[in-house]
Amino acid sequence: MSHAQGEAPLIHMEGVEKWYGAFQALTNINLSVRRGEKIVLCGPSGSGKSTLIRCINHLEGYQKGRIVVDGTVLSNSMKAIDAVRSEVGMVFQSFNLFPHLTILQNCTLAPMRVRKADRATAEATARRYLDRVRILDQADKYPAQLSGGQQQRVAIARALCMEPKVMLFDEPTSALDPEMVKEVLDTMVGLAADGMTMICVTHEMGFARQVADRVIFMAKGEIIEEAAPETFFSAPQHQRTREFLGQILQGH
Amino acid sequence: MSKGFGAAEFLFLLEGLKWTLLLSAVAFAGGGVFGLLVALGRTAPYAAVRRAMAGYIAVFQGTPLLMQLFVAYYGLALLGLKLPAWVAVAIGFTLNASAFLGDIWRGAIEAVPRGQDEAASALGLHYGQRMRDIVLPQAFRIAQPATVGYLVQLIKGTSLAAIVGFIELARAGQIVSNQIFEPILVFGVVGAIYFCLCWPLSLLSARLEAKFAAATR
Repeated sequence: MSHAQGEAPLIHMEGVEKWYGAFQALTNINLSVRRGEKIVLCGPSGSGKSTLIRCINHLEGYQKGRIVVDGTVLSNSMKAIDAVRSEVGMVFQSFNLFPHLTILQNCTLAPMRVRKADRATAEATARRYLDRVRILDQADKYPAQLSGGQQQRVAIARALCMEPKVMLFDEPTSALDPEMVKEVLDTMVGLAADGMTMICVTHEMGFARQVADRVIFMAKGEIIEEAAPETFFSAPQHQRTREFLGQILQGH
Repeated sequence: MSKGFGAAEFLFLLEGLKWTLLLSAVAFAGGGVFGLLVALGRTAPYAAVRRAMAGYIAVFQGTPLLMQLFVAYYGLALLGLKLPAWVAVAIGFTLNASAFLGDIWRGAIEAVPRGQDEAASALGLHYGQRMRDIVLPQAFRIAQPATVGYLVQLIKGTSLAAIVGFIELARAGQIVSNQIFEPILVFGVVGAIYFCLCWPLSLLSARLEAKFAAATR
């Protein structure tokens, strides 16, 4: 980790606050993510984890503070939002593949529309990433013809086709049947091993132990605790973290 | 005087059919284009635009088409707009159809899961690209049965153009019937022609539905 000292962080959040009407969803969020770093965000439901990562690519706006992604200050300007979105890939809990397009078209649409890639280039890129998530043989099918685990791997490939600098995962395995969780986690582990910067909202603590550089615990819109996984799991500092881990690990 | 229902009478009905088809085509084309704008306005990110379109829909859904045709035909003329009759009537039908189609498509746009728009946004697609490539293709599939249903209504609704002097299919039937005193026969033929126009549309719609369902099953 020492090599990254002094380098500007890829993502920098400073005093970020967000409200939905009178409800405060995020309170004083300070978070820096270095290039190549893997962060796991966890916490009880409604703690603001998803809201936090959705602020990073401006699917949600924020009212106070500052977010800088790869040198771009994220404001409400279309130009800043475009610049940030083209560097940030996102994978959703419910996959959100486009059901009326084939797997290949799902992967080529954004590169062709946003990056203005020609079809041949976009398809070559798409086939490369579909091969990487081991689903190339399904390229001409429609999303509904694939299993949940396959769909989520396609969603990862679709995001990778934009060649993002960072990937956000919003509970990527929560909607999957148990036997499909592993294939998606394996894909994410592979991505981590290749050096991708990742922020994952997940309750998969095995994954957190295996790949996270830091585990961050949130509750009620605040970051309560952050630590390397060994420390986080063996010696949690806060009462709320201990309670949460007790509940999460009970079933394991 | 009564000479029965012959080729001349049938040709007269077909002349009327010509207007029915023309008015339907113009109303559907105009209603399609402006209805899309109404639907987009009704789902726009700006509250003022949404309210304006809601008002438009309320007025044109809440008043009789017959009255709207009167206003388009006589009202525009009173305002000094000297338009050919068929243009005035086409405007009337277009305004009406765009309110109904706009509301049908508004509902369909809102029925496309929110995550679709979010995923497209996260990939960097702009509003226009998200609508064209992601939201509208799915919305039109959702809206297809209602859209075809409205088109069938519209074809039959063109008979109201008779009120401002168009001899379309229904009015032609009335004229023939008055001449040969065989209302059951004549209106039977008129009804059959309408049916031959509308039924294939419903069949086509059902077939398209089945096709889409198979593709995205």
